[in-house]
Amino acid sequence: MLSRVADSLYWTSRYLERAEHTVRLVDINLGLMLDKSQVSAERRWQRVLAALGHPRDIEWNDDVYALIYTLCFDTTHPASVTACVIAARENARQIREAISTEQWQRLNQLYHHISRLRPSSPSEAPLLEFLPTLIDGVHLFQGVTDTTLSHGEGWQFLQVGRFLERATATTKLLDVYQRDIFANLDDTVDAYEYLEWIGLLRTCTAFEAYCKVYTADLTYERILGFLLLDPEFPHSIRYSVDRLHQSLDCIQRESRGPQAAELMRVSGKLQASLGYGQISEILAQDPARYLRRILEQCRHIHDLVYEVYIQYSVQTALAM
Amino acid sequence: MSTTLSRGEFDNPLLREYFLDQAFDEMFAADGSIRPHYAALLKVLSTLPREELQRRKQSADVSFLMQGITFTVYGREEGTERIFPYDLIPRLVTGEEWDVIERGLTQRITALNFFLHDVYHEGKILAQGVIPREIVYSCQHFRRQMRGLQVPRNVYVAVAGTDLLRLKSGEYVVLEDNLRVPSGVSYMLTNRRIMKRSLPHLFHNYGVRPIEHYTQALLSTLRSIAPEGRSEPSIVLLTPGVYNSAYFEHTYLARQMGVELVEGRDLVIHDNVVYMRTTGGLKRVDVIYRRVDDDFIDPLAFRSDSILGAAGLFNAYRAGNVTLANAFGTGVADDKALYAYVPAIIRYYLGEEPIINNVETYLMTDKSQRQHTLQNLDKLVVKAVGESGGYGMLIGPHSSAEDREEFRRRIEVNPRNYIAQPTLDFSRSPCLLEDGSIEPRHVDLRPYILFGDKVTIVPGGLTRVALRKGSLVVNSSQGGGSKDTWVLG
Repeated sequence: MLSRVADSLYWTSRYLERAEHTVRLVDINLGLMLDKSQVSAERRWQRVLAALGHPRDIEWNDDVYALIYTLCFDTTHPASVTACVIAARENARQIREAISTEQWQRLNQLYHHISRLRPSSPSEAPLLEFLPTLIDGVHLFQGVTDTTLSHGEGWQFLQVGRFLERATATTKLLDVYQRDIFANLDDTVDAYEYLEWIGLLRTCTAFEAYCKVYTADLTYERILGFLLLDPEFPHSIRYSVDRLHQSLDCIQRESRGPQAAELMRVSGKLQASLGYGQISEILAQDPARYLRRILEQCRHIHDLVYEVYIQYSVQTALAM
Repeated sequence: MSTTLSRGEFDNPLLREYFLDQAFDEMFAADGSIRPHYAALLKVLSTLPREELQRRKQSADVSFLMQGITFTVYGREEGTERIFPYDLIPRLVTGEEWDVIERGLTQRITALNFFLHDVYHEGKILAQGVIPREIVYSCQHFRRQMRGLQVPRNVYVAVAGTDLLRLKSGEYVVLEDNLRVPSGVSYMLTNRRIMKRSLPHLFHNYGVRPIEHYTQALLSTLRSIAPEGRSEPSIVLLTPGVYNSAYFEHTYLARQMGVELVEGRDLVIHDNVVYMRTTGGLKRVDVIYRRVDDDFIDPLAFRSDSILGAAGLFNAYRAGNVTLANAFGTGVADDKALYAYVPAIIRYYLGEEPIINNVETYLMTDKSQRQHTLQNLDKLVVKAVGESGGYGMLIGPHSSAEDREEFRRRIEVNPRNYIAQPTLDFSRSPCLLEDGSIEPRHVDLRPYILFGDKVTIVPGGLTRVALRKGSLVVNSSQGGGSKDTWVLG
């Protein structure tokens, strides 16, 4: 497969995953704002911005709807949801021969639909329609991707983009909550705090899945353990990294050429650390540091994917 | 000076607005009687309810849109995607007509390849004065870098798309040879697929010759010109990228041939060998079917500001490590001034008379021909020699006095850059209008010619239609559309 095609596939799914995550984060926090809360609007939306990794040039200006407008619709900000969808479509457009017609049509439809919804001013933002439309659109794209595209190298690159983005986003989210809420925990947890915890779980679509394992009994340790280490829940960091490692392994076997040993070592090490990790152990040491290590490793994996498959130097390739 | 149709057809409500004049009509003879091979077609069109025809047209349109067979209208923020206008009534070509066309085009492509080899080697035809040296050396598409370079099988033009017109007499003539990067073949192929779905029984009953093997023939043509010693050549299609108006065609052909679609940035040239960057490392490339113009293909050899090509490609080509189809410098043979000499080229290399004639052409470098042209600008068509796609053209009868003044000035400043031809009343073919009625519109025909170890011309081609009433311009950039071409028997 051409390196350029792999690159575009990787970013197509990465951007879509990012758009979906941003929308859910906005949606949940918009809902939480309606309840009486001890969290000020400023603190809440600062937290959202931090969870998104402080997108450049987007600041809290004491206006919730202006911020939401920027995060969802403002195409001058590359981090906005609409900009992410445009970027995903542009990437897919350049590899039309590498993806299925159904994939292209779904993505195209999503793009045209949300373009129509773009409001002229923040106060008119049709959020009630926008937020579910986007999430449905991304799910449909993932569905047709799984059913219409051969699960070969190209499909694996789509998985790499998706799960690397998901692992990164979930880790950032946990990191923010860890610093903002869990670090200052009292012994008693009141109703307000419960609400925030439910918000965290729902941002990862994890509330129902959590309840099935632990019932609605929410504790800090279990929430963190579930989102970090659960082997079966698709939004947990461990699950994402498992899938990421699997896909990298398939790509390595299929493409055969380059030396992916270092890449496989780094992703394998991360997988093992999550697979054999215990939440009590992580909490006993330094959970914030543990999360930051995961982020660093994700970044390193991204760099290595580029080095091995996409932007390798001609000299190394010729030497092989 | 229009003739009405013979009584039987005149009553046909579909044809109420149909008209005949001096131009050759594909469906009706001059006396208003129907040409025999069109009778069955007209009968079916007349018996189908109007709504049914329009329904089939609409479903054909939707099919084009869904397959993404669109072009982008520039100038708006996000670009609007439109489908190419498409006409549901096929253009019919009899077997006898086609056999002449096929022989004529084979003769022409063979002679032009001889000519290109000669011009870039000994230059005998120039030495013997059959063609003036100035015409060749002043051509903007002449590539001195090609001098003395040996190309595999001496194939310079592997893919050509020659535009034919039909004159009053019914004779086919060549309007221009497109020998650089001709496009449109994907429309020929998709038109056929949609036509088979729209009028299946009619198609079957006509016994139309198939064209579907074009992509296979293209692939084997490309394979036949691979560098020596590369028995399993790796073939790629080089596209300028997603912003090119023919991008759909590039993805289509790559998919149909099963070859990699590459952009310049995917290619790496090392030690005069071309590689593409893949996830499995660098992979050698042997044949490049390039859809990028000469000027843009290698910033080291040609335009240094190009970002569409690959640096060092020309040297790899010179070294014989990669074949390009078409070769560099083929544009010298489809220069519009050189075009006037093609009959002489055929006689010189093949010792035969041309089977298909040229359109009469006046060279502005010749004093008397120039004077004749300047006196008759309102009757002639003036074309810039290096342009294509209907740009840089003056159509005398449809021009304003200012336009003519402008062209007079340009011709006088740079006579080598222009030629003139009579305004041709070329043939018309029946077309289905928005309201469901049928009227004649001007058409041309572009068959696609493949030249490798043998010559392959799939029977048919792209019939382009000037959809606006009275218009003579068939180019898609200027309001043209297309229709399927059925070669019978």
